[in-house]
Amino acid sequence: MTGGSVSARQHGSLTWLVLPALVFFTAFGLVPLVGVLLLSFTSWNGIGEITPIGFENWAAVLSDPGLVHSLGVTFLIMALSWLVQTPLSILVGVFISGQHRYRAVLAVLFFTPLLLSSAAIAITYKALLDPNFGLGASLGIPFLVQNWLGDPVLAIATVVFVVSWQFIPFHSLIYQGAVRQIPASLYEASRIDGAGRIRQFFSITLPQLKYTMITSSTMIVAGSMTLFDLIFVLTLGGPSDATRVLALDMYLRGFRGNMMGPASVIALIIVVVAVLLAMGVQRLGGKDASESRLEGA
Amino acid sequence: MPRPGRTQAPRRRPATAQRPNYLGGVAGYVWLAIIIIPIYWVVITSFKPQSAYYTSNPMLPAEPTLENYQAVLEADFLRYFTNSVIVTIGATVPAVLVSFMAAFAIVRGGRSPFLRFSNTIFLMGLALPLQAVIIPVYLIIIRLSLYDSHLALILPSIAFAIPLSVLILANFIRDVPNELFESMRMDGASEWATMWRLAFPLTQPALITVSIYQGLQVWNSFLLPLVLTQSQEMRLLPLALWAFQGEYGINVPAVLASVVLATLPILALYVVGRRHLLAGMTAGFSK
Repeated sequence: MTGGSVSARQHGSLTWLVLPALVFFTAFGLVPLVGVLLLSFTSWNGIGEITPIGFENWAAVLSDPGLVHSLGVTFLIMALSWLVQTPLSILVGVFISGQHRYRAVLAVLFFTPLLLSSAAIAITYKALLDPNFGLGASLGIPFLVQNWLGDPVLAIATVVFVVSWQFIPFHSLIYQGAVRQIPASLYEASRIDGAGRIRQFFSITLPQLKYTMITSSTMIVAGSMTLFDLIFVLTLGGPSDATRVLALDMYLRGFRGNMMGPASVIALIIVVVAVLLAMGVQRLGGKDASESRLEGA
Repeated sequence: MPRPGRTQAPRRRPATAQRPNYLGGVAGYVWLAIIIIPIYWVVITSFKPQSAYYTSNPMLPAEPTLENYQAVLEADFLRYFTNSVIVTIGATVPAVLVSFMAAFAIVRGGRSPFLRFSNTIFLMGLALPLQAVIIPVYLIIIRLSLYDSHLALILPSIAFAIPLSVLILANFIRDVPNELFESMRMDGASEWATMWRLAFPLTQPALITVSIYQGLQVWNSFLLPLVLTQSQEMRLLPLALWAFQGEYGINVPAVLASVVLATLPILALYVVGRRHLLAGMTAGFSK
């Protein structure tokens, strides 16, 4: 193969390479996004005919106190998750960014929650927290012997704890990566100025982690809006809807209640609120639009 | 206040450059304990006979037995395992390949408006949660007569793996020095050949990382199998765990044995490919 380098032809030949990916994503991402909007104006039980009914679903869902409740539960879990996960993930991230003797072993154990399915985690905690036969009862630790999933306040606390258990390893991992990228010269300079570790943490580490905090917070916000598997298995929204988050509300209305129209309205509310919140978090960090666009996930 | 003596110290990692980080250390080890205790309890309990579960100290092993594992394996565990393997490989390999091709086109043909538009679509796709579109996806799968099949799970899984995979792979392909592409072109290689013979091998760490990460997502997926499959024959592991828990909920050691069995293959992969997985977890997220 010699000669013949017609760059224009070669560039032209590149376009089709994107088509398979684009077709897949369009068919199961973009078309359904339009589809969910259309379905929100129809009546459909999941099996039978799909009939257009105008704004009925929207009017019904928006005036339904159930929506306000699910939104409230979602925001509460989101806020508590953020408050628990952010400081702990930063502390743990800073800790694991250092050198340790048993690094490999620690890393395997430390990041195990990243490997477990939400179903496995939920099943484990259901058994572990069982008031009659769980860890607390067997060991006779009074504090642990509570009806963790049967009391509304405790159930929320349990969900926040288990979510944090599952995701703090992930967030500490990205903080660890960010800490490692902080130039050592900053710490050396501050040491010459006599700054101690705590002073360094607040004056160097934290400010340098600002953008990682924005990324991590965006993911906590977006993740909370779509929290489903864990709560489905752990509480199924109970007790008495105390943990009925938005995504679960959508599933229960649509696939259990056979009302796909109202469920589609909730699906759209999930997208819109998630995108607005993510944009808000990015704005808080003072990033311009072109930068933040790259970090939607 | 200058302290000349300390500046002579050899350069080390910033986090350990000084006195030990006690606060981080305490948080790190406390959190490690919080993670290990439930995992340890699951493993220990899964080896206990059901009778011992109620009577023995939960943190100590008692009369180790394999009967729970036997019960789980007899309860069609291997079928669910095979389903999970089929769907995970069937979704991950095509997803990574089409994402790689798209990423290559986006990086190498960046001036084309169509490719730029495609890139924008994928970037926006990062923000699209599966939950938001699950109802129309269900409708599409029914209309394609794919309900309760492996393909019903594979096709949407491919689609939802694409945005992040394209982003990560494009970032890696951008790092390949342009001179290498130029010299391949001088030798008369087509873009197709350049893609597979130059970019593909050079991007291998990223390809492995993305494959492991997306494979893990599919392996652990719950909502798609819940909505798009019905029969026991089509169940994937997480859904099977959930169903098993419903049927055998009283037999906690057996339920926990199923949790261990479902996690073991992933844990084995993780011990082998830890670096790649951890890189994949953070690629595209960390600044």
